[in-house]
Amino acid sequence: MSQYDILIIGSGPGGYVAAIRAAQLGLKVGVVERAYIGGICPNWGCIPAKALLRSAEIFHYIEHAADYGIKAEKPGADVAAIVKRSRGIAQQMSQGVGFLLKKNKVDLIWGEATITAPGKVKVKPIDGAPKGWLPAGDFEAKNIIVATGARPRVLPGLEPDKKLVWTYFESMVPEALPKRLLVVGSGAIGIEFASFYRDLGSEVTVVEVMSQVMPVEDHEIAELAKKRFEKAGMKILLEAKVASLKKGANEVTATVELKDGTKQEIVADRVISAVGVVGNVENLGLEALGVKLDRGTIATDGLGRTNVPGIYAIGDVAGPPMLAHKAEHEGTLCVEAIAGLHPHPMDKLQIPGCTYCHPQVASVGLTERKAKEAGYELKVGRFPFIGNGKAVALGEPEGLVKTIFDAKTGRLLGAHLIGAEVTEMIQGFVVAMQLETTEEELMHTVFPHPTVSETMHESVLAAYGKAIHI
Amino acid sequence: MPIKILMPALSPTMETGNLTKWNVKVGDAVKSGMVLAEIETDKATMEVEAVDEGVVAKLVVAEGSADVPVNAVIAILAEEGEDVAAAAAAADGAAPALAKAEAPKSEEKAEAPKAEAPKAEAAKAGEGERIFASPLARRVAKDKGLDLKSVKGSGPKGRIILRDVEGAEAAPKPAAPQAAAAAAAPAAKPAGASDEMTLKLFDPESYELIPHDGMRKTIARRLTESKQTVPHFYVTVDVELDALLALRKDINDAAPTSDGKPAYKVSVNDMVIKAYALALKAVPDAHVSWTDGGMLKHKHADVGVAVSIPGGLITPIVRKADEKSLSTISNEVKDLAKRAKDRKLKPEEYQGGTTSVSNLGMFGVKDFAAVINPPHATILAVGAGEQRAVVKGGQLAVATVMSVTLSTDHRAVDGALGAELLRAFKGFIEKPMSMLV
Repeated sequence: MSQYDILIIGSGPGGYVAAIRAAQLGLKVGVVERAYIGGICPNWGCIPAKALLRSAEIFHYIEHAADYGIKAEKPGADVAAIVKRSRGIAQQMSQGVGFLLKKNKVDLIWGEATITAPGKVKVKPIDGAPKGWLPAGDFEAKNIIVATGARPRVLPGLEPDKKLVWTYFESMVPEALPKRLLVVGSGAIGIEFASFYRDLGSEVTVVEVMSQVMPVEDHEIAELAKKRFEKAGMKILLEAKVASLKKGANEVTATVELKDGTKQEIVADRVISAVGVVGNVENLGLEALGVKLDRGTIATDGLGRTNVPGIYAIGDVAGPPMLAHKAEHEGTLCVEAIAGLHPHPMDKLQIPGCTYCHPQVASVGLTERKAKEAGYELKVGRFPFIGNGKAVALGEPEGLVKTIFDAKTGRLLGAHLIGAEVTEMIQGFVVAMQLETTEEELMHTVFPHPTVSETMHESVLAAYGKAIHI
Repeated sequence: MPIKILMPALSPTMETGNLTKWNVKVGDAVKSGMVLAEIETDKATMEVEAVDEGVVAKLVVAEGSADVPVNAVIAILAEEGEDVAAAAAAADGAAPALAKAEAPKSEEKAEAPKAEAPKAEAAKAGEGERIFASPLARRVAKDKGLDLKSVKGSGPKGRIILRDVEGAEAAPKPAAPQAAAAAAAPAAKPAGASDEMTLKLFDPESYELIPHDGMRKTIARRLTESKQTVPHFYVTVDVELDALLALRKDINDAAPTSDGKPAYKVSVNDMVIKAYALALKAVPDAHVSWTDGGMLKHKHADVGVAVSIPGGLITPIVRKADEKSLSTISNEVKDLAKRAKDRKLKPEEYQGGTTSVSNLGMFGVKDFAAVINPPHATILAVGAGEQRAVVKGGQLAVATVMSVTLSTDHRAVDGALGAELLRAFKGFIEKPMSMLV
């Protein structure tokens, strides 16, 4: 029987990063995985989805090649090849995680883990153990980190069936393009698939129960996104919900209850249920140990500690925001705290969010509405891409950078971006917030020309009435 | 290439130092190992030795400059065969030449050290120390009139961030804006009253303003911090010294002599140090330091001995006093005290320690309470040994009695624990042979 300093349940972005960090600190560490090495992110989430969206983007550009002076035949989307590419990338990334863990001498254990007592983990065997992994058995560890992630939420009446009603798993590997697609939920997952299928030519309807698309985003940005989606041909129903689904042989009839109480029938070939994810808290032995839960996820302090000494939780299973980069950071903090390094707990307001729909949306900090509710007096800067030479040259003149400052202190409270490549730009504002810059340092920063990032500078200038190119 | 001589860091915590004396002048040839200058830190004066050889091309920092940041260029050497004037000129571009008492003109110069000017502004403590703070924290502090020097940073490597200055506002304001201070003064001078407020209370002709040296600033900073952050608790006990005095006489009489001088002469204070060290070993729960993360339980009794020196005090440390013989302790204390008075102690000789002893008995003080020197959790204040009337077995008798007061950090050492420590101490003092076994 092996005695670990840390045993981690789950090899997703939280778990594997925690394991590598622990190994760096000289701790003896093991990781238990039951399904996908690297977890959802490289296998069925972030990475393969980005591969699909890249294909859709290329398709979109070729369709609009003439705009750039390029003569091209009308392109065709080979769904099987697109999926094959995405799966190849997923496999490559997953193998990469396995390689990194082995390189760091992390013990890899295949099976289903249950915490039988503090410090004790029982791993039940499951078929399909990869080569070089330890078999199931009983393990002991001074510290146990639960990093089991999340799974698609199931709404009654909207139960996925793998055929007509999809989750992100099936949405990632279509055999053919559905002609008519109904997407329920316009959060990051729903809207990315809606974008992907719309760009490839599906007729897409999005049903969202909240009053805006991408409900966590700034309202103004969400409104701009909605306009762009609609311009691209998507149908969007807000404050609407699916009252019932009637399944046919190869199509579904959804009854959607609209804002005004009227009902509308939508016939679709496939339905994607993207109504959020729920933490994987079951069958871990948490109830018996008295580990406290909070709204379906494990309650932790800022350093991953649960109410039971020696048991920690990180990532999606430890609560929102359920994002890979949040899980990675929590994993690092948790392990460093176990090692006695006194890390600073994470400020969740400084976790950026990126959505790779078309157009992209990225944000960090408070939305304008939330900042007002918090009682701040605001200075809000807006700068549209049309005023940026690089964006226009790229053929991407539609976009906006919105910055929100506390008028009293010059603190950057939030930044909200929509447009081409904004997911690669948001980190500039994240660094600024982390370092606690004020508008002054941002104004003093020299942004390179010609880049789309100049819109970030201009937005800050605009908040103080100093924007140049508008 | 001209060689830059930088302000050395003489201890791990040193941030600035005063350049008190240059031992070389421009044109002097410098050999490796030569003493170039004397630097005064908060507690000691140290010599800066040359590492490289060359000719002094320029003294960048004037003699008598205060608060020179560590790693600032203090002098330029021209290498062998190099033109001295050219080296000095070339170096000018790299390091701005420092005016002596001239007001700094640019921001760059404001960061650079300036010669001490015995004017009112020179009295401001720690001018020129770099404070690491986020821009947002700086702005909020400025808006509130908060002095960043009074704020403890909680960010990476102690950087002051927004939450630190936000928190500082909620606390009773030691660094209140001037308007608030003006309202409070002059009836009672608040702790954080500005220099200006204090000076206003006196006729300018009626005083002389002496700038603080490094030691004075350190004493002010550390003891203010101690009294503000450490909850002090005091326990006093009387101990009888007659047995100890008799033993001391025997020990000293037995000292071997060479050239007519005894090899040691043990003092009462040496015996107090030893007894206290043994008491700490006997009551290990009281031999601790408080940290937020947990209780530091010390394994060796490193006893600081407060030594009064001109201009202040310093506490050199007798390491592992519990394991040392009385004669060793005695000779060590004598050596440390002498070098303390000359300000020649090395930082490792006065930094750290697990507790301290402060003795004012030689001034006839009966009893006093000392301020704890963090991170210590205890300090023992020792009064004079004097003949007092005591009651023994219902009879009045005369005994030599000494009062000692233990100050404890109540976060780490509770009252009963402090009392237990003192009981152990009393045991060793009153049965002094137990110290020798």
